[in-house]
Amino acid sequence: MYNYSDFDDAFVRARVAQFAQQVERRLDGSLTEDEFRPLPLMNGLYLQLHAYMLRVAIPYGTVSPRQMRQLAMIADTWDKGYGHFTTRQNIQFNWPKLPDVPAILAALADVEMHAIQTSGNCVRNVTADHFAGAAADEIEDPRPYAELLRQWSTDHPEFQFLPRKFKIAITGSPNDRAVTRAHDIGLRMLRNAAGETGFEVLVGGGLGRTPMIGQVVRDFLPVADLLPYVEALLSVYNSFGRRDNKYKARIKITLHETGKEELSRLIEEKFTELRRQFGGNDQRLLADIRAAFAPPVFRTASTDSFDAFYSADPVFRAWADTNLAPHRHPDYAIVTISLKAHGKTPGDATSHQMRLIADLAERHGHSDLRISHEQNIILPHVHKSDLPALHAALSQAGLATANVGLISDIIACPGMDYCALATARSIPIATQIAQRFKTLDIEHDIGPLKLKISGCINACGHHHVGHIGIPGLDRAGVENYQITLGGDGTQTAVIGEKTGPGFAYSEIVPAVERLILAYLNLRLSPEETFLTTFRRLGMLPFKDALYIEKDAHHAA
Amino acid sequence: MTPRAFAKVVTANDLRIGDVVYLTADDRWTRHHHLAELIEDEAHAQMRLLHAIAQKSVIVGAYLADARQGGRGPEPVHFREAFRTRGPSNYAHGKQADHV
Ligand code: SF4
Repeated sequence: MYNYSDFDDAFVRARVAQFAQQVERRLDGSLTEDEFRPLPLMNGLYLQLHAYMLRVAIPYGTVSPRQMRQLAMIADTWDKGYGHFTTRQNIQFNWPKLPDVPAILAALADVEMHAIQTSGNCVRNVTADHFAGAAADEIEDPRPYAELLRQWSTDHPEFQFLPRKFKIAITGSPNDRAVTRAHDIGLRMLRNAAGETGFEVLVGGGLGRTPMIGQVVRDFLPVADLLPYVEALLSVYNSFGRRDNKYKARIKITLHETGKEELSRLIEEKFTELRRQFGGNDQRLLADIRAAFAPPVFRTASTDSFDAFYSADPVFRAWADTNLAPHRHPDYAIVTISLKAHGKTPGDATSHQMRLIADLAERHGHSDLRISHEQNIILPHVHKSDLPALHAALSQAGLATANVGLISDIIACPGMDYCALATARSIPIATQIAQRFKTLDIEHDIGPLKLKISGCINACGHHHVGHIGIPGLDRAGVENYQITLGGDGTQTAVIGEKTGPGFAYSEIVPAVERLILAYLNLRLSPEETFLTTFRRLGMLPFKDALYIEKDAHHAA
Repeated sequence: MTPRAFAKVVTANDLRIGDVVYLTADDRWTRHHHLAELIEDEAHAQMRLLHAIAQKSVIVGAYLADARQGGRGPEPVHFREAFRTRGPSNYAHGKQADHV
């Protein structure tokens, strides 16, 4: 894991001191609301519906046990004993009080964390594959590049006032688990014919009001050219991005309006100019960073106990089948700890759970932890012989839900339970769907399914790329939920299609149930997933299930 | 449909805690919607809002929200404002915690 240099530490502490003074001046009345407004945003602090919210960056989703314990301490000391993990691999505290925020930021600085650039029109937390450095299908750990980008973009003087916020995602695997195609810049590692590593560079992806899948502006960018190329890209965006209309200010609109050819040409031109100026300093820095991400020393031990438990214990087996992913070391597994217990708020962890997970990471997971954009926690390196003990410990804390990748593993943004921008609630929809399918006891039969819910058009819940997406809207003063189908957030990314009119709060869970029952009838075999079935049959049979059956029911 | 008569309350968040507050007729900030001043005159509403905004070291984000007269006093009209009188629906946090 990357450790702060003296420079990093001094920078973060200086920012804490600055903000402490700004808060003091706001509280004593010497700064007005308007004067103060941009300042909290530079430090990740928002005013939400019921309280302030502090958004803390977890760079590329990597967090140490020590940091996790500090987050738990913050939750207990200044919040309500829990934290909410987000789709941008951040953690949000929902109840900080303004006078306490400087102390919270200082506590974060103590463990090399901060909330800088988690809001505002700048380069936000660079997100990465949550299985980075562990996945069996990975070409190379993308995190050294993510850290390089983080250092470069943090407080970068040219890019503090971009036309709009800017999100970068990176993966080192051909199977895209980082939704790179729905980011302003997506970086997907690949090898060229000569076996060298580079990135496919995607630009202009993004969800929200105008959902778009990113387009390839560079088929193969040698890894050594990453920084000058990304700087060129940002610089072109900074000049050409529209500042006159905030709904047209993202780079996806620049791409759309300028055209891919022309935008690529401008980027290449700037890149040629910038590349010379970097002079190899970025590569020296990258070499140092790489050393910080050296893989752990993997243990050699028998995996017999895993096999024995797997065949003897059906509860363990169900969990192993859904929550483990293949590790590049055959004796290891990647463990996803589900923060989606049925009926619980997706992405929330109590301070007790955070501490337990930190302990377990130390005991069984080479002290490595990740936050996934799917709002779960990952132990990337667990020796298979440790899995039974790990599972037992997780069970004690309500953390052994065997549902990763299933219908109850729902992404849900905070929605109108917290978010000031929301037009409807999303959390209670998520908890009700999860509980309903638990009652029906069919989620393992349904198989892989990504259901994603957002509380407004901004799509923080990634609903456009859910196999089933649910955006919540306000229709004439009533909560209303649309449905989109066929979305996909992987390397074969697609924006889901709207089914038709939305459903009322009390109708949306039955609507999802009708969809799923239709799928179970329509699939060719249990192996045909919801998404494959949708791709084979298209919208019609699902629309029938949603609307005709509903009317039939009403007429009956 | 007959146009709804003008009826608003001034609401904001407490600067320090962030909790939702409402302006009362006697110039206090209350945490309870039903104790707010129900303003039925548009010009008066604008004046009350300016008065609220001026209290920059007490509150933040003041605005006028639709309301109507209810049994105990003014009630929210829109569901967003109804949620603001209670707190989130996933935990008994926020205002609703004080009522239990
Ligand atoms: S999608 Fe909308 S409601 Fe949900 S967190 Fe984002 S802005 Fe808030």
